[in-house]
Amino acid sequence: MPFPKYFLFKGYLCGMEKKLIELRGISKSYDGEPVLRGIDLDIHDSEFVTLLGPSGCGKTTTLRIIGGFETPDEGEVLFDGEKINDVPPYKRHVNTVFQRYALFPHLNVFENIAFGLRVKKPGQPKPTKEEIVNKVTEMLALVNLKGFERRHINTLSGGQQQRVAIARALINQPKVLLLDEPLGALDLKLRKDMQKELKSIQKRTKITFIYVTHDQEEALTMSDTVVVMADGKIQQIGTPVDIYNEPQNAFVADFIGESNILDGIMREDYKVKFSGREFLCLDAGFDKNEPVDVVIRPEDVDIVPIDRAMLTAKVTSLTFKGDYYEIITDVCGFKWMIETSDAVEDGATVGLSIDPDAIHVMKKSEYSGKYGDYSTYSEEAEHLSDVETEEDGE
Amino acid sequence: MMKGRSLFQKMAAAPHIVWAVLFIVAPMLFVIYFAFTDVNGKFSFANILSLSQYSNVFVLSIAFALIATVVCLIIGYPLAYFMAKSKPKTQRVLLVLLMLPMWCNLLIRTYALMALLDNGGLLNSLLESVGLNKLYIVGSDFGVIFGMIYDFLPYMVLPIYTVMSKLDKRYMEASADLGCNSFQTMTKVIMPLSVSGVISGITMVFVPSISTFYISQKLGAGKIDLVGDTIERLFQNLSTYNVGAAISLIMMILIIISVSIMNRFSDDDGGMII
Amino acid sequence: MKIFSKFYMFLIFAILYAPIAVLIVFSFNDAGSLSEFSKFSLTWYEELFADEEAMSALKNSLILAISSSLIATVIATFGALGLHHMRKKYIKASITSVTNIPMMNPDIVTGISMMLLFVAVAKITESESILGFGTMLIAHVTFNLPYVLLSVMPRFNQLDRSLSEAAQDLGCTPARAFFKVELPQIVPGIISGMMLGFTLSLDDFVISHFVNSPNFQTLPLYVYNQTVHNVKFSMYALSALIVFVILAILLIVNFSSVKKLPKKRCRRVN
Repeated sequence: MPFPKYFLFKGYLCGMEKKLIELRGISKSYDGEPVLRGIDLDIHDSEFVTLLGPSGCGKTTTLRIIGGFETPDEGEVLFDGEKINDVPPYKRHVNTVFQRYALFPHLNVFENIAFGLRVKKPGQPKPTKEEIVNKVTEMLALVNLKGFERRHINTLSGGQQQRVAIARALINQPKVLLLDEPLGALDLKLRKDMQKELKSIQKRTKITFIYVTHDQEEALTMSDTVVVMADGKIQQIGTPVDIYNEPQNAFVADFIGESNILDGIMREDYKVKFSGREFLCLDAGFDKNEPVDVVIRPEDVDIVPIDRAMLTAKVTSLTFKGDYYEIITDVCGFKWMIETSDAVEDGATVGLSIDPDAIHVMKKSEYSGKYGDYSTYSEEAEHLSDVETEEDGE
Repeated sequence: MMKGRSLFQKMAAAPHIVWAVLFIVAPMLFVIYFAFTDVNGKFSFANILSLSQYSNVFVLSIAFALIATVVCLIIGYPLAYFMAKSKPKTQRVLLVLLMLPMWCNLLIRTYALMALLDNGGLLNSLLESVGLNKLYIVGSDFGVIFGMIYDFLPYMVLPIYTVMSKLDKRYMEASADLGCNSFQTMTKVIMPLSVSGVISGITMVFVPSISTFYISQKLGAGKIDLVGDTIERLFQNLSTYNVGAAISLIMMILIIISVSIMNRFSDDDGGMII
Repeated sequence: MKIFSKFYMFLIFAILYAPIAVLIVFSFNDAGSLSEFSKFSLTWYEELFADEEAMSALKNSLILAISSSLIATVIATFGALGLHHMRKKYIKASITSVTNIPMMNPDIVTGISMMLLFVAVAKITESESILGFGTMLIAHVTFNLPYVLLSVMPRFNQLDRSLSEAAQDLGCTPARAFFKVELPQIVPGIISGMMLGFTLSLDDFVISHFVNSPNFQTLPLYVYNQTVHNVKFSMYALSALIVFVILAILLIVNFSSVKKLPKKRCRRVN
């Protein structure tokens, strides 16, 4: 990337960026059970922000607080610099695409979309029939549903209902669109298509999108900014690239993609010890001999002849994945996952090599030691836990 | 969770609650009050104690209602099963045929039955014209029980039919696939799955049978006295209100007990309004 | 098996309809006898329509059915709304069970319990008798309540909370959201509850029998009084007419696009 241009680009973005929504120390509990514990978050104009986390992490509650469906127990919600804690949903310049769409079953597609226009707003003239028709037609075109005006809601497929829900939420030209797991009910193929479409709608309309999902891949592909949440707290805020490459703690490292998370000791700047050996790395600013978590992504480990190896490992399982092999190896009693295109044999002893830029060092956190070992890993368990999170969106 | 409920939402049920207290709870309390007082309003067990003289009325009523219920079940269960197995178009016609008598007033149905069975009715006229003896059905135990069966059979069939028509066809296929013949499928799959319909059918026949007075008045020709007749008669004279209330109370308790025993057998809500 | 099932169904329905058929046929019998059919005539129908008592009973029945079902629907719909928003489960459950008492109890018990209430009130107020249209109306509203509540309550329970939220999100106040989005979901339940109440009220004999007065007679009470002692062929005519009306309604409901009229009153177990 040519440097000057990159910074120019960034600066241009910065100029556009204006804080639209600010959450300050938001806490919320239900029946004494804390759901949010001190959320601080800035959301900028025209930004695509994703709240990402497992079920029960508080992402939907955060969204509902912004939408006005919940009031925080503590903290402030600011919209354009004004406190809106007690402003009811119908007075906020925010619209929502609900989890299971919540389309009005007694109205057809046209009337569902026109709903927001037909609701009388104080101080505004009632839109004429023509205006309504024009506006709805425009929205239908935006979501690629031309000609569906008279269709009944029950006759639509999941993807079509999804589009109606988006059009309905956009018709009042909100400054912010909240989307609560909008693609959760769609099948994989449709989901991928809708992801692209949502992103392009966001680019065209320049409306701020706040998107809630538990699907990390969805978050990484669509967002400008990803907010990773767990246990009612924000774990990390950053661009998808930052989040993937520079996870802040073991939770984020594990939740986003696959990671080997090892116990290590920071010997000095740029030198970390783990698996019984010292490695060069790019991290600095830790205390001398500070215990740390070390993250190494499976695709960043190279398999090399044993004589050139930094570590030796025994292959304990091997899965063919099409364009690569997924290998589980035993290094000093710790199971690593490695993705490689080199064919190795099950049970063989191989040499491993890790480049300094593949090593990412993190401060110890409450999540240390909970994740990152692949000794009990199985595809099936992964799949099961996915289903579980999908079933209840908190 | 929206913040707090509005006053409107809080107060909306108030008229309903007031009405229920005034016209459902209070009348029940009056039944109890009358059952435990004498004509002058003094507390007394006399009414309850005098009930022993009505014990054969109770026994007769229970016996009649039980017989009618069992016969309705025996006749109605296969009918519901055959109806559920018919073609969809036929089912709609049969359903209308079943519901027409249900919608007709009980008085009219009983009255129609009288026209056929009465001593001077059509059946006896026909028998006489071919030289046979008259059948004195009206005025006999059989007449009353037959009247109950005739009047309440649709109430047995409808809930069973409803449950059966909703049964997933794949259960039957699965059972056949696993080696059951059609009789085994019936006893092992269909019957257990239709229990809730049977339970509501039984309640819907038993409760009106045990409390009827019109059927026994007409088809019993005044010769057969059931609990319903007794209550009705006692409430024609102010001086016997208290005994009448005591009998009603006992009947109510009897029904509550039998309904709750039956509910033990059905674990789903068994609610039966199609 | 197929043949047996057809024969069985035919037999049962034949027995079920034989008396009704006899009734209809002989309502057209000029002779006024069950032993012979002399000739087709409308004598008994003429007699029925000339009977002022019958006509006023019909009018009373309709007035009572319409007013009692309307009142019960209003009370029970707001009742369901209140119950829906009630937080304490056991209060909700006990109100529902109390409302269901008239549905669970045999009609005769409901009838005498209401009668005892009215008698006691008359005694306390030292008036002669308060039985009449008022007491009939109260009794009919009372036994209609559980049925209306039963058809409205599930609609409230099925309401998707996010529908109201979506409406508020699009600019409706909570009250407006109720009327614009939630009420249309509930209306079918309200209508079917009201129609159920209407039919039950038209049909009721037993409860009315205990709380009526001679100066306010409904159709079932009139039929009862007419059939206490002897056979009256004008009652055959009336019954035949009622059967035809019900048949017509059933056919319209079941074989036209209008779906789901309330079914005849059914007892609920639980």
